[in-house]
Amino acid sequence: MSENYVPKSAVGKWFNERLPLLDLIYGHLMPYPTPKNLNYFWTFGGILTFCLVTQIVTGLVLAMHYVADADLAFASVEHIMRDVNYGWLLRYIHANGASLFFMAVYIHMARSMFYGSYKEPRELIWIIGVFIFLLMIATAFMGYVLPWGQMSFWGATVITNLFSAIPIVGESVTNWLWGGYAVGSPLLTRFFTLHYLMPFLIFALVILHVWALHVPGNNNPEGIDVVKGSQDTVPFHPHYVVKDLFALVVFLIIFAGFVFFVPNLLGHTDNYIQANPLQTPEHIVPEWYFLPFYAILRAVPDKLGGVILMVSAIAILAFLPWLDTSKVRSAKYRPLYKQFVWLFFANTIFLGYLGAQVADGMYLIMGRIATVYYFAHFIVILPLLGYIEKTKPLPKSLSEPVLSKEEKEIIASGATT
Amino acid sequence: MSDKPVTRRNFLYITTGTFTAAGAASLVWPFVDQMNPDASVKALASTEVDLRPIAPGQSITVLWRGKPVFIRRRTPEEISEAKAVSLDELPDPQDDAARAKNPEWLVMVGICTHLGCIPLGQKGEYNGWFCPCHGSHYDTSGRIRKGPAPSNLEIPDYVFLNDNTIKIG
Amino acid sequence: MQYLSKLLILIFLNIAFFQISVQAAEMKEPLHPEWSFEGPLGKFERASLQRGYQVYTEVCSGCHSMELLSYRNLMEEGGPEFSEAQVKAMAAAFEVKGAPDEYGDVVMRPAILSDKFASPYENEQQGRAANGGAYPPDLSVMVKARHGGADYVYSLLLGYEDAPEGMILDDGVYYNIYAKGQKIAMPQLLSAGAVEYSDGTEATSEQMARDVTMFLTWTAEPKLEARKRIGFKVITYLLILSFLLYFTNKQIWKESH
Repeated sequence: MSENYVPKSAVGKWFNERLPLLDLIYGHLMPYPTPKNLNYFWTFGGILTFCLVTQIVTGLVLAMHYVADADLAFASVEHIMRDVNYGWLLRYIHANGASLFFMAVYIHMARSMFYGSYKEPRELIWIIGVFIFLLMIATAFMGYVLPWGQMSFWGATVITNLFSAIPIVGESVTNWLWGGYAVGSPLLTRFFTLHYLMPFLIFALVILHVWALHVPGNNNPEGIDVVKGSQDTVPFHPHYVVKDLFALVVFLIIFAGFVFFVPNLLGHTDNYIQANPLQTPEHIVPEWYFLPFYAILRAVPDKLGGVILMVSAIAILAFLPWLDTSKVRSAKYRPLYKQFVWLFFANTIFLGYLGAQVADGMYLIMGRIATVYYFAHFIVILPLLGYIEKTKPLPKSLSEPVLSKEEKEIIASGATT
Repeated sequence: MSDKPVTRRNFLYITTGTFTAAGAASLVWPFVDQMNPDASVKALASTEVDLRPIAPGQSITVLWRGKPVFIRRRTPEEISEAKAVSLDELPDPQDDAARAKNPEWLVMVGICTHLGCIPLGQKGEYNGWFCPCHGSHYDTSGRIRKGPAPSNLEIPDYVFLNDNTIKIG
Repeated sequence: MQYLSKLLILIFLNIAFFQISVQAAEMKEPLHPEWSFEGPLGKFERASLQRGYQVYTEVCSGCHSMELLSYRNLMEEGGPEFSEAQVKAMAAAFEVKGAPDEYGDVVMRPAILSDKFASPYENEQQGRAANGGAYPPDLSVMVKARHGGADYVYSLLLGYEDAPEGMILDDGVYYNIYAKGQKIAMPQLLSAGAVEYSDGTEATSEQMARDVTMFLTWTAEPKLEARKRIGFKVITYLLILSFLLYFTNKQIWKESH
């Protein structure tokens, strides 16, 4: 962004002089200095942007055919699947896109945790990210309600009933949410409206997320500061444009595999049964990407306590930059943290597994242990590690990695002879 | 400076770019096509009408593809009136025989060719149809005679399945 | 890359676990006949779909509706592909509600192509009353609404056996080894010769179960053939593009050093 961009065409010039929009976009996409050592985990930012745009565009066209009414919603989705030109394709992209979106966002978050990308001076990027994640959860949940299948209906019932845990005003709040005394058409219509709105809020936050990122610049696998414009950086275009594009296409192969060959694998069969307010499915499970949080909810025997803990599980992420007391960013140079962060990932996945099980007996006990560990990671392990961990020496720059002891000896002995 | 690697490199870049662009372009089609009439709408593209309840001098309006279609059983006077007109007098010259397969039955899309209003029957200076929106007058063959409409009322595709039934579309 | 793959594998394993564990509720593993519609280039067997439609109309449709299907679907590409004349004749055999006459009474008329499949009951209550309180579910998306899909439906149709000794079945409840709890409110209907196939195929119970399951798979997923066909092209395209981008990426990074 140091040099000003001058558009080649006369029209571009005319426009840019009056509104330097092209300048702005150019600056963020073309010369933006990027650390040269970013690995493929760093491509998920681009992949996520693609996911968001895909969800917005397919959602927009699906909304042209969908009817948000309890009597008509299920049939209108099937109308999309059967009659609308390419409707089946658009809907399967949208439905599987949600799952893939979460898959990508979890990898993106895990990368940030592993390489300490949330640390000073990037705290705000991370916090905006947590808000994006929150909005994604709300959007995905509301979207899952729209087909008005059995899982939609009972998922909506269970989750909106969480609000009844609020003392004193709980019942008024749920009735207000429902627009009635149970889940029904009024709720469906307002969920549709909000489901339509939220992606645009996410989009706005994504702009802030990228803006905030481009102030200090990208973190990198070494976790050290790089000097912008030094030999440690390369311009974003073409280096990372093409690299991101390659990663995106690989991601798309997986995406297309789901959409075209196993489009219902990630969904639940019960959602092909129209919502029936008189009959609850035997086993209610949320979509896979909510399972860890669902397990935390069920780990607590108290209604209000469960809700509070589940919300805290997400809210605590926002405090991560201060809970982690270590000054060293990358897990590469933190031998203890490296073990613990993997344990944390494994524990979260295990929570997801437990979320899909019937919550009793051994599963409940394991769920409680895993829940305790989830929180312990943030409020005990991370703060302590900063004080007790002996970190490895950091390289001065990306071009001069720290030499291992053996390498140093070899060089030293070579120099003497 | 050797040219060769540069050419090969450019070839790779151009191929990749073209290939990406082609894929992106074909991705656009489903998003465009989803707005076209869908299969359930297309299935309603033809309507069969029973003509028996219509007496001479009466007309009915049926819905075909969401548009009104006038089916008028014309009286002998109306037929002779329509046939008597000299083509020179018409802004959009068309023989009555070309507009009614069976002279007794006139089947037309009931939408004014000016700006899409529905003309009123047995009204206007020519005893045919009159559009209240901007004052177009149609004769007993549905031909434009006076007013802003550029052409005659449209004749849809239709066939007589038998003496009493027609299929529109 | 190494971590990426680790994580991806873990996530996929997690999903797989979830899929299996959810449905483990004491049910017998269903039969798995070979289906022509499986695999990346799978297609339906036209003749089987056509026979399946016959089984549905002659056996199932007495109790089960299929509200999401229209007669026109029977002639569409990727389905049974009956000819237009055939479907018109088939539709005309059913009566559906027409427009009200001049007195305001609803007149029944023969169905036409654009009509939805005629339902056996006016409403759910009537369906319940006629079946001892158990409402026969709509079959339009049944195959997608049951875990195990086509295999489960096929097995269920063939799973009737004599109840083991000591097991007491209520009136209107039947013993079926593939049903949940081995009890089902639907009686066995596909006994050999239940239909007489117009194409001369022998109507064994396996044959009928196969045909009607194929038909129900199509009604649940009518765009399956188009989906797989397009999917194959898309994946091929993406694979080529990924190769091109891989080399382009390599070239770009090589030049910068």
